[in-house]
Amino acid sequence: MSVQTNDGQHDVVAVPLRHPWRIVWAIVLLLLVGGFVYSLVTVDTIQHDLIAKYLFSPIILQGAVLTVVLTVLSMVIATILATVLAVMKLSDNPLLRVIATGYIEFFRGTPLLLQIVFWGYLGIIYPHIVLGVPFTSIVWFDQPTATVISSFTAGLLALSLNEAAYAAEIVRAGILSVDKGQSEAAKSLGMKSWYTMRRIVLPQAMRVIIPPMGNETISMLKSTSLLQVIAVSELYTVANQISAQNLAQIELLVVAGFWYLVMNTVLGFPQRYLERRYGRGFDSESSSMLRNGKGAVNGGHV
Amino acid sequence: MADTFSSATATPMVRALGVRKRFGSNEVLKGIDLTVQQGEVLCLLGPSGSGKSTFLRCINHLETINGGRIYVGDTLIGYVERGGVLHEMHPGEIALQRKNIGMVFQRFNLFPHLTALENVIEAPVGVSGLSKTEATSKALALLERVGLSDRANHYPSQLSGGQQQRVAIARALAMEPQLMLFDEPTSALDPELVGDVLAVMKDLAKSGMTMIVVTHEIGFAREVADTVVFMDGGVVVEAGSPSQVIENPQHERTKSFLRSVL
Repeated sequence: MSVQTNDGQHDVVAVPLRHPWRIVWAIVLLLLVGGFVYSLVTVDTIQHDLIAKYLFSPIILQGAVLTVVLTVLSMVIATILATVLAVMKLSDNPLLRVIATGYIEFFRGTPLLLQIVFWGYLGIIYPHIVLGVPFTSIVWFDQPTATVISSFTAGLLALSLNEAAYAAEIVRAGILSVDKGQSEAAKSLGMKSWYTMRRIVLPQAMRVIIPPMGNETISMLKSTSLLQVIAVSELYTVANQISAQNLAQIELLVVAGFWYLVMNTVLGFPQRYLERRYGRGFDSESSSMLRNGKGAVNGGHV
Repeated sequence: MADTFSSATATPMVRALGVRKRFGSNEVLKGIDLTVQQGEVLCLLGPSGSGKSTFLRCINHLETINGGRIYVGDTLIGYVERGGVLHEMHPGEIALQRKNIGMVFQRFNLFPHLTALENVIEAPVGVSGLSKTEATSKALALLERVGLSDRANHYPSQLSGGQQQRVAIARALAMEPQLMLFDEPTSALDPELVGDVLAVMKDLAKSGMTMIVVTHEIGFAREVADTVVFMDGGVVVEAGSPSQVIENPQHERTKSFLRSVL
C-alpha cells in the first residue's frame, strides 16, 4: 500500500463513495417490472394472438397514419395562429388585444370534447354555409355544411383552434423572455416592428417556446383520440370499431397504446433538432469558454 | 477641431430645442437646448439620474418627448409639422429616420443568435436592401476596422465584453449613419477592456464622425471631445470646450461632480 502525498502535482487518489442501496433498489425494480411483464404474457384472459394479429394490420396502421397527419396539421395551424394571437395580445392596439384575449379565454374556458362535438354537429346548427352580402340577395357561395366540413375537417378545426389558445400563451411567454434591449437595438438600426419580430425576437423566443410546445405536441397526439366521438377514423376510433365487433377491448387498447407510445417517442427527435438549431449562440460550451477566458478558437460551430 | 466645423454656414447635425421628458410625474428633462455641429464630438457628463441617457435616447426617438423639438440635420424627429401642429409619425417613418442615426448601448445588445458577421449585415441586408455579398464585404472591412476580423464567425457569447462592444460599433456603422450615439459604451466593461473600445471611438472621431457620447470616462472626454456638456437634474448646467468644463468648471455642481469622479 502506498501513501498518497499532497504535493499539489497529482490528482487526488481516493476510494470512491460506495452506493450499495442503488444496486438493491435496481434489483427490486427489475423484479417488479419483470413480474408485471411475465403476468401480462402468461395471463390467459388476454388473447395474445389477437394482439399480434392486429398490431401491424393495415386498418390499425392507417388509423395511426391519420393520427400523425391530424397531429402534425393541427400543430402547424395552431402554431401559426398562436404566433398571430401572441403578437396581437402584446400589441399597442387595444382592439387587437381584446380580440386575442377573448379568443384565448373562450377556447381555453370550454372543454375540448365539447368543442369537438360542436364542430362535428355544425351542420345541424348551420345546415348551409353561405358566403354573400348580408341583408341582400347577393350570394357567391352556398353549400350544405356537411359537404364543406367533413368529420376530418371538423376534427382538425376543433383540435387546432383549441390548441392555438394554449400555444398563444406559450409564444407570448417566449416573446416576453427576450431582453427589451434586443428590440431597442433593432429599432436603432432602422428595423420595423414586424421585421424585428421575425428576425430578432422570435428566433430567440424559440428557445423558450420549443420545450413546452413539445409537451403540447405529445398532448395533441393523444387528444386526437377524442375525435372518436365524431367518427374520424384515427387510431383509437379504428381500434374501438374492431373491438366492438370481436369484443377484445383490452387487446386492441394494448395495440393502440403501443402505437401511441411509438409515435410519441419518434416525435421527440425533431424537438431535439429544433432545440439545437435555436440554441446556437446560447450553448453552455461557448459561455464556459468565455468564463475560462480562453475565447473560442474554432469559429461559429455548434 | 470643433471650431473648424461649427461654421455658421453648415446645418447643425443635431438641434435640441427645449426638450422636456416626463416619466409619470417625474420630469427627467426640464428643457434641454443643445446644438451639435457636423463632425463634432460631444461628451455628456453628469451623475446618474441626471437625464443624460434619456436625452440621448430621445434623439433617435427610443423615448418620446413631452415638450420641445429635436432636429437631426433638417428633419424633425418623431413628428411631422403641418400648419403649426405636430402630428405623431407612423412607426415605419420613424424607422426610416433611425437608419441615419447609429446607436451603441451600455449592454451592447448584440443579437445573441447571430454571429458577429451576421449581426453586422442584418440591417444592411434587411433594411437597406443590400445584397448579401456586398453587405458581407463591407462588414468584413468594418470588423477589420474595429480589430475583429478574426472573430467574424463567433457568436456574441464567445466574445469578451470589449469585443462585443466593438462588434456593436461595427453593426451601427454598417448602416452608414450620419450621427453616432453612444450610451455609456464602456460602463459594463472590465477595466482592462475599456481601452480597446475607446481606441475605436477615437479613431471614429478622427475620421470626422459626428458623435454624442454619454460617458464617465473623463480622460476620453478631455482628449477627444470638442464640446463637453455637464448635465444634472434634467438641465444643462455647463457646456463648453473640455478645457473650460473639465479643467476650469464654473459651477459648484460641476466642480463637486468632477472631484468625485477624478
